[in-house]
Amino acid sequence: MTDAVALVPLFPLLAVLVNLFIGKRLSKKAVGILACGAVGASLGASVLAVAGLMAMEVGHRSVEVILFPWIVSGGFQVPIGFLLDPLSAVMILVVTGVGFLIHVYSTGYMHEDAGFARYFLFLNLFVFAMLLLVLGNSYLLLFIGWEGVGLCSYLLIGFWFTKDSASDAGKKAFIVNRVGDFGFILGMLLIVYHFGTLHYGQVFARAPELFHAGDLPMVLITALLFVGAMGKSAQLPLHVWLPDAMEGPTPVSALIHAATMVTAGVYMVCRSSALYELAPVILSLVAVIGCLTAFFAGTIALVQNDIKRVLAYSTVSQLGYMFLAAGVGAYVAAIFHLVTHAFFKALLFLGSGSVIHALHEEQDIRKMGGLKKYMPTTHRTFVIGSLAIAGIPPLAGFMSKDEILYEVFNAGKGTGWVLLWIGGIVTALMTAFYMFRLVYLTFYGESRMDEEVEKHVHESPPPITVPLTILAVLSAVGGFLGIPVIKKWNIMHNWLGEAFHAAAEHTTEAATHAASAVSHLTVELGLMTVSVVVAVSGILIARTIILRRPALAEKMRNDYSFLYSLFLNKWWVDELYDLTIVNPLKRFADMCWSVFDVKGIDGTVNGTAKVANVSGGVLRKLQTGFVQNYALGIVIGLALMLVLAFF
Amino acid sequence: MLDILVPDFRVIAPELILIVTAFVIIFWELITRTARHGMSIFLGAAGTLVALAVTASLAQKTISTFGDALVLDPFASFFKMIFLVGLLLTIAISTRYMVDEGTKDHSEYYGLLILAVVGMMVLATGRELITIFLGLELMSMSLYVLAGLFKTDVRSNEAALKYFVLGSFATCFMLFGMSYIYGIAGTTHLRQIGRAIAENPALLADKGLILGMFTLLVGFAFKISAVPFHQWTPDVYEGAPTSVTAFMSAGPKAAAFAAMIRVLMEALPLMKTDWELLFTVVAVLTMTVGNLVALAQESVKRMLAYSSIAHVGYILIAFVASVGGHADRALSAILFYLLAYTFMNTGAFAILIFLRREGISGEKLDDFAGLSRRSPIGALAMLIFLFSLAGIPPTAGFAAKLSVFYAAVQGGYYALVVIGVINSAVAAYYYLRVVVVMYMQEPATEGGYAGTSPLLWAGIALALAGTIVLGVLPGGVLEAARLSVISLL
Repeated sequence: MTDAVALVPLFPLLAVLVNLFIGKRLSKKAVGILACGAVGASLGASVLAVAGLMAMEVGHRSVEVILFPWIVSGGFQVPIGFLLDPLSAVMILVVTGVGFLIHVYSTGYMHEDAGFARYFLFLNLFVFAMLLLVLGNSYLLLFIGWEGVGLCSYLLIGFWFTKDSASDAGKKAFIVNRVGDFGFILGMLLIVYHFGTLHYGQVFARAPELFHAGDLPMVLITALLFVGAMGKSAQLPLHVWLPDAMEGPTPVSALIHAATMVTAGVYMVCRSSALYELAPVILSLVAVIGCLTAFFAGTIALVQNDIKRVLAYSTVSQLGYMFLAAGVGAYVAAIFHLVTHAFFKALLFLGSGSVIHALHEEQDIRKMGGLKKYMPTTHRTFVIGSLAIAGIPPLAGFMSKDEILYEVFNAGKGTGWVLLWIGGIVTALMTAFYMFRLVYLTFYGESRMDEEVEKHVHESPPPITVPLTILAVLSAVGGFLGIPVIKKWNIMHNWLGEAFHAAAEHTTEAATHAASAVSHLTVELGLMTVSVVVAVSGILIARTIILRRPALAEKMRNDYSFLYSLFLNKWWVDELYDLTIVNPLKRFADMCWSVFDVKGIDGTVNGTAKVANVSGGVLRKLQTGFVQNYALGIVIGLALMLVLAFF
Repeated sequence: MLDILVPDFRVIAPELILIVTAFVIIFWELITRTARHGMSIFLGAAGTLVALAVTASLAQKTISTFGDALVLDPFASFFKMIFLVGLLLTIAISTRYMVDEGTKDHSEYYGLLILAVVGMMVLATGRELITIFLGLELMSMSLYVLAGLFKTDVRSNEAALKYFVLGSFATCFMLFGMSYIYGIAGTTHLRQIGRAIAENPALLADKGLILGMFTLLVGFAFKISAVPFHQWTPDVYEGAPTSVTAFMSAGPKAAAFAAMIRVLMEALPLMKTDWELLFTVVAVLTMTVGNLVALAQESVKRMLAYSSIAHVGYILIAFVASVGGHADRALSAILFYLLAYTFMNTGAFAILIFLRREGISGEKLDDFAGLSRRSPIGALAMLIFLFSLAGIPPTAGFAAKLSVFYAAVQGGYYALVVIGVINSAVAAYYYLRVVVVMYMQEPATEGGYAGTSPLLWAGIALALAGTIVLGVLPGGVLEAARLSVISLL
């Protein structure tokens, strides 16, 4: 049954090919069925393969399916092969599962769009590339998927390419990701240099034999790979592209820029845990960057007025949590949060899409309000998603976030690590606040909509509400995959545990360390209480400021005007980049163009062409058409030859 | 010698087959006087195929006969195959063209084509100066007549006359050179000339021998149209019937190269230093002049004439390189280049024929406008031929140029390679200009093409297949070429 894994990426690829060649001639209905059917079939194959994997003995759950040799160059070989293990199993289920729901949602959301077939072509291609990314058995295949999803992301951000802002955002995403990819490629080259292969199994097996923890090659490799992850997963300082990526259609934001692609960096770091464990410095760096990003993006989300931008910064912030978890060696927690985040963030994005659709593409929450009575299903599911991300038990977000904070607290590497935990808790408070600010401004209070818009507001059709409902259920109960306290019931830990051998020692050590200090259970319950208190207070503060006393919001805005504009303007990071990198580069490029290219190269090229043309014209005149002249030419030629020979 | 009395006819088996074919065709035409010439076409193609099969079956053999005046070795066989492929292509592309453009009565056309090929084969087989001269004259005479085949067309007449007058002039030089060499070496047999020089090194400094060699080379240089002995080429190529031009620009040049290689390698290898410098200068001149003047042409037919001059320049690079260490590689590059050129050049001319319409010759650049719209396949075929002529991978032209330049680099002739590459860049302009016109300009007039026929399409397909196969998988043919030149070294 595990062989079914080979079919998982195949279905979307076939759909891409069909759509590519005859998509324009198919009806919208046929295109929709083709695209959803492909991802649905892929989901079925995934379930089958994972079921096969579950049937295997614990500790031996790892299957490699080699399809065919791809690169064979001397001793260096890269076959096209898939690796199915607990980690990739979780990933393919999330990608195909959430992907399927979002495909269905898209058939409703994009129904009026002229580029319907093109949209699903890109979306299927994305699913294929993402599956290749998580299923590949080597860094090279991961990288192909990595670049593939990057390409699809670019194409889909700029899907409405006639809009300047959309095509600019697409370019920005692509270029910023190149910076990360550059690091990633260098990392891969170093792996080839030191290990002679990019195959996971061989690299991870040899790494502990060849290197000690903290050896320079390990530090460099992991650091460079992490640069790639920073780009893909929008971590400081390469986070700037993700908020702009919201120019794409909303289901794209849900699938690519929330649930799946942006988590590729987290997956890659967890997949490479064997390497990261040998570079403790970089692991700490991952944790610090993650925590800083979580906090930083949280502050920005507090004051944004565009419904999708709030969610975008929230995504950046939640990704920060995942890296924080990975950085303290809690890979299971990171993947767990990745899964629950996929549920509730996809839900929230799709919910916002439903709102935006109903309000005729209005995205400004200042022009919403009171939507609760018009859109009951959207409202209910959105609130569930918000409660989940805010961390209200027993919803999914509570379970995973709490586990991360617990692991950070217990990492026990000195006072510095308490700061990380505090960062996490403060971010949790902000998360609860900004999410419920969003909920209250959108669905509660007085309507601030234009009258014209308000007349037409309506609940969305079933293709939109059904996926919302399913995702709401998943966001509500998804957390039970990782029940805290009672380890025996923690499915996530039992399932993923074996994927992180090296990491296992790490955490056990930390756990025993913590256990010796205070009672294990007390700490866990205590931290849980803190989390809940923080989440509830965040919601209550939002309720007070937004619903009860709007004047207070006004006052705070004025009293802390510097902080307000700092957050509103995203810490001026974009401006900083423009000033220090983008504009100097542009000026340099301009100079290269006007001086070097136009005058130097073009001048040389055109000049040469002119010389060639003119001399061609002159030589042509020698061709007089008279036989006598030609005969003379022969004689002169011979004479010159003899001169050459004799003198 | 005994074998003068009992010659080994296997050496000239393909020649004999062709001669018989040619005479049957000529007499058949005389008797029946049909206007369609279907029988002649069939006989010509069949004779060519049989000759090709016989040549292929003898390709590995080395036999000499007639007192070693004729030798069949892999080198000769390789060239014979080039000629026969060229002949086959020419027959395929000329059937409809001859009926439409020529006089009703062109009974001698196929016979003359075949006799010209017999002449070329003798050139490639001859190991003795008089035999070589005979082959050269048989080939040239046939070509003179073919160039003037359109008796009522002034340009055709002019081409034939110019070709004949200048050709005779060049032949004089050649005979003059041969007589000097004979006078000094005391023999006309190539191997014996070589031995005579080797046994008496004083001859190397003999001014008479150098004079003889150079005047002999003038004759060859004329036939391969190397600068400055090229001036007849554009006029003749432009005036001659297009199918004849296609034929002339490939096979006869290859034949002249075959004879020249054999003479220099077997008779005058010790004079290397003299002809190395000569060919260096001539190669540079030929490439540069051919390409530069081609830039200024408005007629595609004339442009292809200059381009054929430029290609000779590239081939001469390999000739110079043969003096260096890797003579086998350099000479095999020449053989490969000539085969590749036969395919791509005849293909390009086939498209010219294809383009003819009512009142339009299909030779002007403007005639190509909008071809991609009206005949996508024709345009694509032309695109591939032009890419190949320009030397863009994965075509035969690229592989050919690469093997020539590679041989030159191995021999250490870096400056020649640099000049060759620069010339290729210049050449790309005038080839690609045709592509631009085909794909990016609107057609001036509507309507179809008059010149198409199944045989023409077959010819284009064969040329395309050769151009692509030699480009994608050049290894086998290159190796065969290398093995066939080893016997000369």
